[in-house]
Amino acid sequence: MQTTMQLHYEIEQLLAAYAALIDADRLEEWLDLFDEDSQYEIIARENVEQNLPLSLMLCDNKDMLRDRVMSLRKANIYNIHVDCHVLSLLRITSAAEDRCSADASFALFQSNQEGESRLFSVGRYEIEAKPSAQGWRLRKMRVVVDTGAVLTLLATPI
Amino acid sequence: MNETSEALSRYHFPAADCSRIPYGMYRDAEVYELEQERIFRGKVWNYLALEAEIPNPGDFRTIAVGDTPVIVNRARDGNLHAFVNRCAHRGSIVQRQLHGNARGHICCYHQWSYNLEGELVSIPFRRGVKGVGGLDADFDPKCHSLRRLKVESLNGVIFGSFADDVEPLEEFLAPPFVAQLKRLFHAPVKVLGYQRQRIFGNWKLYSDNVRDPNHGGLLHMFQITFGIARLSSVGGATLDAEGKHNMSWTAQGKPVEESKDSGYGDTARGDMDIKLRDPSLLEYRKEFPDDRSLTIASIFPNCTFQQIGNTLAVRQFRTRSADEFEVVSTFYGYEHDDAAMTKHRLQCANLAGPAGLVSMEDGEAVELVHRAIVRDKQSHSVVEFGGKGAVKDQENLVTDVPIRGFWLHYCKLMGIQPGAEA
Ligand code: FES
Ligand SMILES: [Fe+2]
Repeated sequence: MQTTMQLHYEIEQLLAAYAALIDADRLEEWLDLFDEDSQYEIIARENVEQNLPLSLMLCDNKDMLRDRVMSLRKANIYNIHVDCHVLSLLRITSAAEDRCSADASFALFQSNQEGESRLFSVGRYEIEAKPSAQGWRLRKMRVVVDTGAVLTLLATPI
Repeated sequence: MNETSEALSRYHFPAADCSRIPYGMYRDAEVYELEQERIFRGKVWNYLALEAEIPNPGDFRTIAVGDTPVIVNRARDGNLHAFVNRCAHRGSIVQRQLHGNARGHICCYHQWSYNLEGELVSIPFRRGVKGVGGLDADFDPKCHSLRRLKVESLNGVIFGSFADDVEPLEEFLAPPFVAQLKRLFHAPVKVLGYQRQRIFGNWKLYSDNVRDPNHGGLLHMFQITFGIARLSSVGGATLDAEGKHNMSWTAQGKPVEESKDSGYGDTARGDMDIKLRDPSLLEYRKEFPDDRSLTIASIFPNCTFQQIGNTLAVRQFRTRSADEFEVVSTFYGYEHDDAAMTKHRLQCANLAGPAGLVSMEDGEAVELVHRAIVRDKQSHSVVEFGGKGAVKDQENLVTDVPIRGFWLHYCKLMGIQPGAEA
């Protein structure tokens, strides 16, 4: 029991850090939450339900994720905004010594420079994590968005 | 039909070649209403869907033409049909599902039922109960079909028209665009998935955007930096005789000599010293007989067929109001693709769509314009890159002539005479 609660707490902290670092626009540190061998994907529920593989964003390895962040910093032009994640309770779906799967729902609000907020996206995180010397790290983060109709554009990660 | 309406008389196009476009045309709700009749339901072919999405009898998808809800389906005999998704009884949406397979379409409100040809085939309690109630004996179901669109398909790409007198599809598309569709759909395709984007701006700002090769090499820094297309690339724009359609294209691997003091000199763009750690999504695996690695073919009025490297998709624009539209993109590959090619296409899809490394800027650009043109509706945008006057094919990318082609045809359908005295 003790172990389960400890595990739950640790994965929850990982997800809390994940959301907080995006919201604080500290994407370089956000990258550190991912294992060197990791995958990041945002996919619309519409495609998942039809068994269609197309994502909105797909980084098959950590270098592609680093490239995304670099491109946001240096190349892309997008709506100036801040993010605010609201996370649901976390659910551990399976666990072993060397891995853990969990899921949680989120609502992501975006606000512009004049303080106007809108609900940007809702959906679910499907998390796979593994332990490391620095604590749990993400091996796979699959973001299934119910909000498949992206408002304006999707630049910063969800 | 094209009597000048009050809404249109508010705006003046001072130049006969549409090199000036009054901002009000992008913000006026009454202009938007007229567009539904004269553009989307006018003498045009609208892109509806791909045959690959409805391969079997009974398969359907619900889409929109302009803002009109439409069902596209395949009948028992294999023929394609499209009709307005609005019940002939009291106007309910008939087919509520996004897609599926059905024997017909039954309206949930009072259970009127339509076959796959859109004909009204059954009405519950038509004769009432024991001869009391129900419909009068002279009610003729044949007069209450779903409103049908004309449908034609080219290499598996389905188009529909509200106009009975529209020219045949291939004539409307004109040779360069028939050729481009045959090039893209040279083999059976398989759908890889959908992406949707809601943009809070006028739909014509988007159709301008896809007819503006000039912005590609200035706004889309990712594509400039990583050599997907620079304004100095070998490329151009191909139009039909009227200029209503446009294909912007870039050829692979043949940059035109670019000197240090060339075009990019005045910008912060064009020569950033950054590298991708994983450049695999930039790789173009040649798959067409020509060397065009980027083609954006926009067919008047509602679609764009894109090839960004090996990312293939068709984008359908669905209007929602003067101030909002949706872009629904259907990504596809070929049935003969092996697993590695499919994986490559899915990776390259990172370049396109609402989160596209190359394309995300367009949503922002459209909204920036839409916000700023809220006032001064008689002021004009300036469309002069590539020169004024006649609309014709363009030999490089520093041009926005295709925008004028769109507007000239738009004005013709709307009943506007550009350049005429106000
Ligand atoms: S509105 Fe469709 S059956 Fe009445
Ligand atoms: Fe663009």
